[in-house]
Amino acid sequence: MKNSDNIRHVRGESLFLDDFPVPEGTLYAAVYASPIAHGRMKRIDITRAMQVSGVRAILTAKDIPGQNQIGSIISDETLLAEDQVQYIGEPLAVVVADDQETARRACRLIELKADALPVVTDPREAYRQGHLLAPPVVFSMGDTESAWANCNLIVEDRVDIGGQEHLYLETQGALAWPTEGDGLKIISSTQGPTAVQRNIARVLNLPMHRVEVDVLRLGGAFGGKEDQATSWAVMAALAAHHLKQPVKLILSRKEDLYMTGKRHPYSADYKIGLNAGGKILAYQVTFYQNGGAYADLSTAILERTLFHATNSYYIPNVRATGISCRTNLPPNTAFRGFGGPQGMFVIEAAIHKAARALGWPAYRLQQKNLLEEGDLLYYGQKTEACHLKRCWDEAIDRYELSRREEEVHKFNSTHRLLKKGLAMMPITFGISFTNSLLNQASALIHVYTDGSIGISTAAIEMGQGVNQKIRTVVARLFSVDIDRVKMETTNTTRIANTSATAASTGADLNGNAALIAGQTILNRLRLHAAALLGIKDTKKIDIRDERVCIDGQPGDLYWPELIQSAYVNRISLSAQAYYATPGIYFNRRENKGKPFAYHVYGTAIIEATLDCLRGTYAIDSVQIVHDFGQSLDPLVDRGQVEGAVVQGIGWLTLEELVQDSQGRLLSNTFSTYKVPDIYSAPGEIRLTFLSGVDNPLGPFNSKAIGEPPLMYGIGAYFAILNAMREFSPELNFNYRAPLTPERVLLSLYQTKLMET
Amino acid sequence: MDRAITLIVNNRQVSEIVPPAMTLLDFLRRRLHLMGTKEVCREGDCGACSVLIGEGEKDRVTYRSVTSCIFPVIKAAGKHVVTIEGLNRRGLNFLQREFLAEGATQCGFCTPGFLVSLSGYLLTHEDYSHQEAINALAGNICRCTGYLSIERATRKIVDQLQAANLSSRQKLEYLVDQQVLPPYFTNIARRLSDLPNQTYDESVPSDGKAYLMAGGSDLYVQKEEEISKSPLLFLDSRVFSYIERDGREIVIGGGTTFEAIRHSTLLQKYIPRLPDYLNLVASLPVRNSATVAGNIVNASPIADLTILFLALEARLILKSAQRERSLPLHKFYLGYKKLDKSSEEVLTEIRFTEPPDSFRFNFEKVSKRMHLDIASVNSAFSVTLAEDKIAEVRISAGGVAPVPLLLSETNTYLKDREISTSTVEEALKIANQEISPITDIRGSAQYKRLLLRQLILAHFVTLFPDKIDLAAFV
Ligand code: FES
Ligand code: FES
Repeated sequence: MKNSDNIRHVRGESLFLDDFPVPEGTLYAAVYASPIAHGRMKRIDITRAMQVSGVRAILTAKDIPGQNQIGSIISDETLLAEDQVQYIGEPLAVVVADDQETARRACRLIELKADALPVVTDPREAYRQGHLLAPPVVFSMGDTESAWANCNLIVEDRVDIGGQEHLYLETQGALAWPTEGDGLKIISSTQGPTAVQRNIARVLNLPMHRVEVDVLRLGGAFGGKEDQATSWAVMAALAAHHLKQPVKLILSRKEDLYMTGKRHPYSADYKIGLNAGGKILAYQVTFYQNGGAYADLSTAILERTLFHATNSYYIPNVRATGISCRTNLPPNTAFRGFGGPQGMFVIEAAIHKAARALGWPAYRLQQKNLLEEGDLLYYGQKTEACHLKRCWDEAIDRYELSRREEEVHKFNSTHRLLKKGLAMMPITFGISFTNSLLNQASALIHVYTDGSIGISTAAIEMGQGVNQKIRTVVARLFSVDIDRVKMETTNTTRIANTSATAASTGADLNGNAALIAGQTILNRLRLHAAALLGIKDTKKIDIRDERVCIDGQPGDLYWPELIQSAYVNRISLSAQAYYATPGIYFNRRENKGKPFAYHVYGTAIIEATLDCLRGTYAIDSVQIVHDFGQSLDPLVDRGQVEGAVVQGIGWLTLEELVQDSQGRLLSNTFSTYKVPDIYSAPGEIRLTFLSGVDNPLGPFNSKAIGEPPLMYGIGAYFAILNAMREFSPELNFNYRAPLTPERVLLSLYQTKLMET
Repeated sequence: MDRAITLIVNNRQVSEIVPPAMTLLDFLRRRLHLMGTKEVCREGDCGACSVLIGEGEKDRVTYRSVTSCIFPVIKAAGKHVVTIEGLNRRGLNFLQREFLAEGATQCGFCTPGFLVSLSGYLLTHEDYSHQEAINALAGNICRCTGYLSIERATRKIVDQLQAANLSSRQKLEYLVDQQVLPPYFTNIARRLSDLPNQTYDESVPSDGKAYLMAGGSDLYVQKEEEISKSPLLFLDSRVFSYIERDGREIVIGGGTTFEAIRHSTLLQKYIPRLPDYLNLVASLPVRNSATVAGNIVNASPIADLTILFLALEARLILKSAQRERSLPLHKFYLGYKKLDKSSEEVLTEIRFTEPPDSFRFNFEKVSKRMHLDIASVNSAFSVTLAEDKIAEVRISAGGVAPVPLLLSETNTYLKDREISTSTVEEALKIANQEISPITDIRGSAQYKRLLLRQLILAHFVTLFPDKIDLAAFV
């Protein structure tokens, strides 16, 4: 346990960016950002700010020695704006001063002179005006147009989904200091150290090997530090490079909230067609993604929306169009689920509405269309080892759905102002970066002469327990006490060309790479042990519980002695290894392929209670059967599920981003943007680990866990909606999220409103 | 003017010179390099910066949790400040072990705050209950765990400890024995009494520009920059903190904290559900700092406590060097954040007449998040019946006008009437005409109108369910 992050956390000893002792002579930077959402810049007036004593430099675009460019997928984003500003909060200048207060104070004295241009914040409006981040993308299978004719029921509607602020507790930031020969070392709170390194090199015009990025851990990220940690680190590096002194840049909470992007809001139009038996024959959907001012990761996120547009259902005819719209908001970005949740929400809304039209409970319609083994997903991949129905059936069984339905029914018929609602939420989530090339990782393992082990990978620990999982994998491989195993920082000089820790793949990719590296060392050790013990057949040798075994029989050679002996005999105790997920590809001309290594399946039953007088609600329970494969660490996995569920519920219920018409974020503090607190967590989350499942593509048959359970939260929305319908059966409902108490009450009392 | 302070931080006596408005958080992190206390929101809304403040009184120390980001360090002078580092012992303490066992930490950024708050709960309560322990954690935000593991750990901790009927000394020893606290806690009382006496009186400068800080829970959030440059006066909580009976009146000192109000048996006599209402209002650390006077003077149109006092027909006592006067609370607010109060005047007391036996009271509040969120609309309702008629009634409402509002016309209408469906219907109509809500971050004007209707209805449904026919309203 000594090397566990968690032990340090509970003792308050874990170091986060703001906790490191800073090098002698550290200066502090603050960012001056655009106060207007759209405009043509005339000049940035820094005269007054420069007069503040303690200010060391104010850097603008013209101080950039290399390219003023940080776009990741599409090169469309400057580090510091040059001639146009596109959103409130867009960085324009970096103020460097002796201390943080001075830097911030000086920022407030800077003035932007600009001609204001019209502001667009709505994605449909942006689309009408032709402001797109990239050309629209269409995924399709079958022929929806001819399928409508065979449908007995066709339902069409519009759905609007709000964004979500990450609200990682640790704000964005970086510490950069100059090293010799124009080099730089950076500690960054990033999920993507290589992105930071590459962009610093690009902006400062340095070869990448001059830039060392090191990451110990993050105080939460959730996708918000995949791409958007980069700019702050580059600014700190730019300042350190200019002043030849260490520079620390940490955003205040307010700055972080208004300057950084969120989960994408979406607006969508769908059309769904069913036959009389409730089989979905056709589904057509258009997604308007609110991308914000620059592309960031929006196009990749949009793609995942399309991949998950049919969630857990087999639909023979599908046509899904994704449009990434450019608006004058901060560039929206990755957030746990990466566009998948929005895609799933729309089909769930469609099913819910269609079920109403049929007079069925929604779960019957869901059940009729669940994916089965070998079904063709509309992007060309067939389901394999599809445990969806098992999860679904077991949830109904184990959590006694029919009894619960009766209870809810009884409750509703005896309560006038309180109503309960139940909903089921199946999930099918694809694992892999959908940009196939990113599915690569490497690991470096050192065994030291005392038998302790250090592992470096690209995995970033941000609370998801990836360190614990990789330690487990390596300890299991060597069969040694996990206390011997320590995760090193993620450092670009030890692990090069990393993919961000994202897409739930951290433990899979890096765990597999670590396994290969470990295996190399283990093979050497077995050879050595065989020689040492005079055994011809190396296959007879293995290590169990820290002892060398011959034919499974433990002998007298223990791990520390084995290692010492290997060292003395000049056997390498280090190995580097590389892993790339096999068999995945995606053809972007046809939009077909096998983008995912595998899928994660599960089902949740959600129950909510609604106070129909006040419009408030509580989520009573979330009961889940989930396919973890063979969990590497059930405690970590349970924590991931619980945290994701609550985050998903928060997204669709109380977390509401509010902007004015000028794109100014009004929900810009902890007191105005509310995330779930201990009282808004569900009364209970019951969790069943689906048994008897494996997954050859995950380390020791495990499965990825970070993102998929977030989407169980979607069920909370429909549970509340079902309770609303109990109160007003004729409810005329707009499918808009989040379903805040305001939306609930206004919907329940539409008619009363007309009276007042 | 910088000041010299001496205090005990964890197990160490510290003397430092500090600027008057420096927050305890900055002091801990930047001066003492105690990095376990985290900065997250700087507005008292997340609990990551929670620490305990222990105040010595003879041979005992009374602890409370505060959010150090909105707590001036000079108020910690002469006291014991406990951070996560000060709870550590060799290996892990009992709480830490349970948190680990339940996986109640993920990224770890919130964790010290939770452990400090929970330790504070165990230190300050007698009968441990799961419910109250959770209440003590309600101001701590965690974005990773979803709270369930934290609840499980808390339940296990609370279930295994028993501190009822222990003297304060015995309790410290018990908690040390149970490995909740490190041993040095038992000699803090003595060490505090050895500290120099430290009181600060800064006089108001001639231009009258000084900030009078009560609890500081709002002043830091709204005006951190300004207060860092102005003289700062403190409403000394020991002088102005009391809740007592004075003849037929109940008197509350302006410096009384929300938490003291929550625990007042005297007030609970008239408002039995007072503790529940205050749970909705603010988290424990904020309740430990925020004061009645601060809440009223801050003049937010939505201040929960003000709304409550409006329905009690409270009066304010305002004092300056020259004079003292009394003013009905509802006359205190002249317009949005405008008060009938000169800058020399200090709000020292709140008084209201002791309600008669037949008095009934209800408070309603709806916000986006049920707990610890600023209301979209709140409303309080007090009523006494004579025979079947309403003898006295006061409905107040927040969030529906520029000032906290007493619905005088609605109240006038209701007086001397019987409670019935039609009276309530008419009252709702009148109330609707008395208000002028605006659309803001807390909700649209239309919503606030509807919500006030619902909340007034909720008053009647809660107190007189048999007298109205619901079908007429829903
Ligand atoms: S930092 Fe959030 S309460 Fe202090
Ligand atoms: S563990 Fe990350 S915020 Fe609580």
